[in-house]
Amino acid sequence: MTNTISDRFKTEEYFINMGPQHPATHGVLRLILTIDGEIIKNVEPDLGYIHRSIEKMSERDSYQQIVHLTDRMDYLSAHMNNEAVCLLVENALEMEMPERVKVIRTIMAELTRIASHLLWWGVMGMDVGALTTFMYGFRDRELINDIFEETCGARLTMNYNIPGGLMFDILPNFQQRVKDFLTHFKTKLPEYDTLLTNNVIFQKRTKGVGYLSMEDAISFGTSGPVGRGSGYSCDVRKHHPYSAYTNIDFKEVIRTEGDTLARYEVRIQEMWESIAIIENLIDNIPEGDFKVATKAVIKLPKGEFYQKVETARGELGVFVVSTGTKNPYRIKFRSPGFSNLSALNKMIVGGKIGDLVAVTSTLDLVIPDIDR
Amino acid sequence: MSYFSDIYNGVKTLLQGMGVTGKYFIHARKEIITQEYPDNKDTLKMFDRFRGEVVMPHDELNEHRCTGCQKCEIACPNGSIEIIWDRGIDEETGKKKKKIDKHIYHLGMCTMCGLCIEACPTDAIVWSQKFNHATLERSELTKILNKPGSVVKKGIED
Repeated sequence: MTNTISDRFKTEEYFINMGPQHPATHGVLRLILTIDGEIIKNVEPDLGYIHRSIEKMSERDSYQQIVHLTDRMDYLSAHMNNEAVCLLVENALEMEMPERVKVIRTIMAELTRIASHLLWWGVMGMDVGALTTFMYGFRDRELINDIFEETCGARLTMNYNIPGGLMFDILPNFQQRVKDFLTHFKTKLPEYDTLLTNNVIFQKRTKGVGYLSMEDAISFGTSGPVGRGSGYSCDVRKHHPYSAYTNIDFKEVIRTEGDTLARYEVRIQEMWESIAIIENLIDNIPEGDFKVATKAVIKLPKGEFYQKVETARGELGVFVVSTGTKNPYRIKFRSPGFSNLSALNKMIVGGKIGDLVAVTSTLDLVIPDIDR
Repeated sequence: MSYFSDIYNGVKTLLQGMGVTGKYFIHARKEIITQEYPDNKDTLKMFDRFRGEVVMPHDELNEHRCTGCQKCEIACPNGSIEIIWDRGIDEETGKKKKKIDKHIYHLGMCTMCGLCIEACPTDAIVWSQKFNHATLERSELTKILNKPGSVVKKGIED
């Protein structure tokens, strides 16, 4: 017999399912892994477990009704999703929004971004094994949720933007509450660095893991912190400014390392930038109307319309084909999570299973956003 | 030498991180966000704008403000509101006038988007701040908002 030792101990490739009920995929995402020992050979995401056909449902709804469906796509940046549809309708009808609406929308969007990144930070820590971060992240996110609950009436699916402005005006104590939160949060954010960013175990698990080059980042269509972590300047707020981003000055956070730690740092720095943007705007919210009267039945002119906004995860695009009726003929959402997920295979092949959890975590996937 | 400095830095960062958690361990009473829900049921007050469920307020004469214009039914994206209406004779003018028979609200289908309340021209329906909606029977989630025998308040026109 030619049964050598290396023959006897040779490994074989095998398939394993990660998900759809795996806690580290943050939802019903199924990853079909091809594994040789502990080395990952291939990752194939299998989608469709939470498909609700939001695009098809939108074809049945009027433009006011579509807005509330976008809450349910990327529920952590519900406010920006709403804004995307509202901006599209307003631009198509050539309506000019009052400055007050623009500023409030921007403040709300940046608060949502902080809340989303806080949840991501907590879950990222928990994915790599630090349970405390989850509690701290949720503790600070709770204060933002309270602001949303008081102003918009809901904590997650706000539906606060409507085509033509805002659903309600802000309350008199809104500015004070936001300022209180910012002073509180500015003392907490350095603690996050001490707790997790500088932690030696965390550094070893993230540095150099899940590398994505800038060329790949562009060719896979990644956007948001995933693209910017690879040095790809893709901030929609900077390149195609909308709402109040046209007037304010802020830095686009870019890291060139392209690994998991770089994407982590981009998000942490973005929270600082969001704080700066809110502080810039909160004291001078202009007086004026909080909504512009629209017709009860909004009809878009015949044609094709596209609007993109920067959500917490990247670029959300809304494309509408209108035939001049009250419903869109076809609506397409270009969701950031879907494109970011497509780059996963490139990042992780050759890595270990343990790295996969860290990498999916920095992609910051929200599965309802991928499936829609 | 870098072996020992790695160990030193590793232990240092771990201790720094433990310092943060230790601070909260010692000052555990400060900055508590958690609400102990069933125990604070009596004092818990939701915000005024909180979207609990749609209700139709009635005054002491058992009168509501709904004219049966069905704007909420049209505005609703998922068919949670169903209005069964009839035509009655208006006592003052003698003309035929729309009046509601049943304002049916399917709480189980409602997404709390608030479009119906925005659409209502007479403020007949408002949000209540009730948040615990769990029921034993699914049929209990279908509610008839107007009370039996109630009529529309005089002078309400849409």
